[in-house]
Amino acid sequence: MDTSQYLEIFLDETKEHLQNLNTQIMDLEQNPENMDTINEIFRAAHSLKGMAGTMGYKRMQNLTHDMENVFSEVRNGTFKVQPDMIDVLFRCLDALEEYLANIQQTTEEGTNDNEELIKILNDILKNNGEVKPSSDMSAPADNKAEQSAADTAAGDASGANREKWHDIKIGDTEKMLIEKANSEGLKVYGVSVYVEEACVLKAARAFLVFKALEKLGEIIVSSPTAQDIEDEKFELSFSLIFISGNTRDEVIAAIKSVSEIEEALCEEYKVEAPAQAAAPEPEKQDVKSAETKPAAAAPAAAPKAAPAASAKPAASGGANKPAAKPVVNRTVRVDIEKLDNLMNLVSELIIAKNSLVAATAAEGKDNNSAVNEQIEYLESVTTNLHESVMKVRMVPIESVVAKFPRMIRDLSKKLDKKMELYMTGEDTELDRTVVDEIGDPLMHMLRNSADHGLEPNDVRVANGKPEVGSIFLDAYQDGNNVVISVRDDGGGVNIEAVKNKAIERGTITPEQAENMTEKEVIDLLFLPSFSTAKKVSDVSGRGVGLDVVKSKIESLSGEVEVKNKFGEGSSWIIRLPLTLAIIQALMVVVGDEKYAIALGSIQTIEDVSPSDIKLVQAKEVIHIRGTVIPIIRLNKVLDIESTADESKNLTVIIVKKGDKQAGLVVDELIGQQEVVIKSMGKYIKVPKIISGATILGNGDVALILDANALI
Amino acid sequence: MDEVKVMDEQKRNESLNRPVERDTTQYIVTQLGNEQYGIDIKYISNIVRMQKITRVPKVYGYIKGVINLRGEVIPTISLRLKMGLPEDEITKKTRIIILKLEQHESIGVLVDEVKEVVTLDDEHVERVSYDKDDKAKFLSGVGKYDGKLISLLDITAVLSDVVDA
Repeated sequence: MDTSQYLEIFLDETKEHLQNLNTQIMDLEQNPENMDTINEIFRAAHSLKGMAGTMGYKRMQNLTHDMENVFSEVRNGTFKVQPDMIDVLFRCLDALEEYLANIQQTTEEGTNDNEELIKILNDILKNNGEVKPSSDMSAPADNKAEQSAADTAAGDASGANREKWHDIKIGDTEKMLIEKANSEGLKVYGVSVYVEEACVLKAARAFLVFKALEKLGEIIVSSPTAQDIEDEKFELSFSLIFISGNTRDEVIAAIKSVSEIEEALCEEYKVEAPAQAAAPEPEKQDVKSAETKPAAAAPAAAPKAAPAASAKPAASGGANKPAAKPVVNRTVRVDIEKLDNLMNLVSELIIAKNSLVAATAAEGKDNNSAVNEQIEYLESVTTNLHESVMKVRMVPIESVVAKFPRMIRDLSKKLDKKMELYMTGEDTELDRTVVDEIGDPLMHMLRNSADHGLEPNDVRVANGKPEVGSIFLDAYQDGNNVVISVRDDGGGVNIEAVKNKAIERGTITPEQAENMTEKEVIDLLFLPSFSTAKKVSDVSGRGVGLDVVKSKIESLSGEVEVKNKFGEGSSWIIRLPLTLAIIQALMVVVGDEKYAIALGSIQTIEDVSPSDIKLVQAKEVIHIRGTVIPIIRLNKVLDIESTADESKNLTVIIVKKGDKQAGLVVDELIGQQEVVIKSMGKYIKVPKIISGATILGNGDVALILDANALI
Repeated sequence: MDEVKVMDEQKRNESLNRPVERDTTQYIVTQLGNEQYGIDIKYISNIVRMQKITRVPKVYGYIKGVINLRGEVIPTISLRLKMGLPEDEITKKTRIIILKLEQHESIGVLVDEVKEVVTLDDEHVERVSYDKDDKAKFLSGVGKYDGKLISLLDITAVLSDVVDA
């Protein structure tokens, strides 16, 4: 992966993180117990590690990884921050700054492995917070006293003690519970559970373990807290203290019954009255164990929350965020069929609403202002509902375009042309049905660009272009449409070559070729079996492609437009409707029939006097604001008698397709309406000018005119 | 709603296809002018009264247009025009028979009148030869029932023609 374009960002952000770390560690020296600061340091170290890893700076990654490990333990409360540790940390920061300086100058991180620092960091981990790399392990003074010698020896490769339940700090309540349990003959276990590294839903597994254990007995305290485990704020393990009448093996079996659990450690837990723990107060003995169960989590969470709150004003540094619950978008997976069903119901609702509007309009206007008000309200609700459902159905086109960079890379190899694909707007959203269909046409167009569009490298160089060809895939929303354009900086379509080919194929006569506009010539490309590729490759050139692209896009109610500049490249622009199900339409009357015209294609509506209609080449045109627009009399297209008075002004709807315009003459306008597009089934082969049907408020069916097909 | 209908349809088809009574088929007898035509009941999902048909421009003449059947847009053809008879006269007895050949694909057929349901066994059905009349290709046979002759429609043939058109 070429990361050079990110280097600047990396440098900026790393500096920021290092600065932040410096400030935070200084702060930590003053308040070694401040959880907020520790969290912030952990986060910064973690980000640094990730960034360094992405950029391929292995040494930097290793060092930050070890720093992160140390802080992870501090954060989990395994050991406390000590002054010696601060010194080590500052030395680490210095080392990181050195890497950064190297990167800035040479883009390489240098060769200093800082093994010594890494060793010290690992020793800290091994020795539970003690900095001095001494061989004898002096257990920390506080609650580590209860560790048995055997346990201390059982450190794993990472140096941390695997039986982490020893690190759980127990308060008075827990202690009391433990004693109560002991007096009742129940056993108290310390349990540490390790989740498999590959496990995706750690929180879910932990939850299942909790569930399983709760069947056997009672969990009195856990580390991390139940809330944190639920939020997946733990690495690969969690520990708890557990009261049960069952044997150790039964407890382990219960935990192991949950899948993706790597290891479950369980031993009897003994309270050896650590120094700071006060003796249990006898009056608390009568607290029912059932009542303390929910309370058990509270004391564990409280110490964490309290310093966090108090630390906020004290903590310095702009980047310091309160240790709040992470803001994650909650999602639900839904079967697309359910969404389709929902969409259909919304469609029905809109039809029903339209019926209601029609019915009240027929009733007359007097005395129903309250009804009208409610209908207006209903209208806004249904419109919002429709929009929401539509949004739910929208998916980013990313899922389709994500495979293209790889495809272009392969094509580049296969065609022996250097090329680069630049994509923007991958997050542009489209109705799912459209996204599913758009992949193949886009792939065809990209292949076309790669194969036909871009010239071979030597030709490019000879023409004074950069050797590496560029293909751009841009997607963006434009009103009610989504535009996806495939653009290349290649040779563009050679109009003459296309003409010659067409003549050769007998598609057009040489005389016709003389008079063809560039656009007409390009339209030839979309005819079936038309390929100008001189050599047929397995990439493109078999003459299936562009016609398939076109029919596919048209079946999605979209359109393809080509902008071509010979010698400079071409762009192929696909314009698609946001949704296929419900559109805003203008209802018109032609003869005695009602038709809907999609609002998206309408530009203006003009009132034209019959005397303004001129004849150009025996075709009727009107002259509006400097443009000559051909007019189409819809009654003639639709084979119906017009009811409008010939001598009166005509209502002309100006529609636009690409850069072409046309005026549609209708008899009457009804108004704008939300219409639900219904398929007309396959038993009827509808003409192209009809894009579908819709059901009106009175239950009648009206046809939807496709203005694009008329132009 | 829709699913339930389809399910029923399928169930009915299954039960009809099962040879409970051997070699008998039920037909719905419809009147077209002076003739009677029978449509195999297994294709019929519904019979509705005449309602407003929206004309679709630039299609074959026998395609009358589309109707709204409980929120679905269904194309409707005139069996009269299809069979070479004069244009329909809409009366109170005019009905639209909704045929369903596959899921989610329905078509309406306009007839003058729906008479009755008859059960014919193979003995009472005579095959017709194709050559003499072009329209005969839409028939699967002629049934004799109660002294009357009923032309039995081969619905798939009628509709395949529509699909091709």
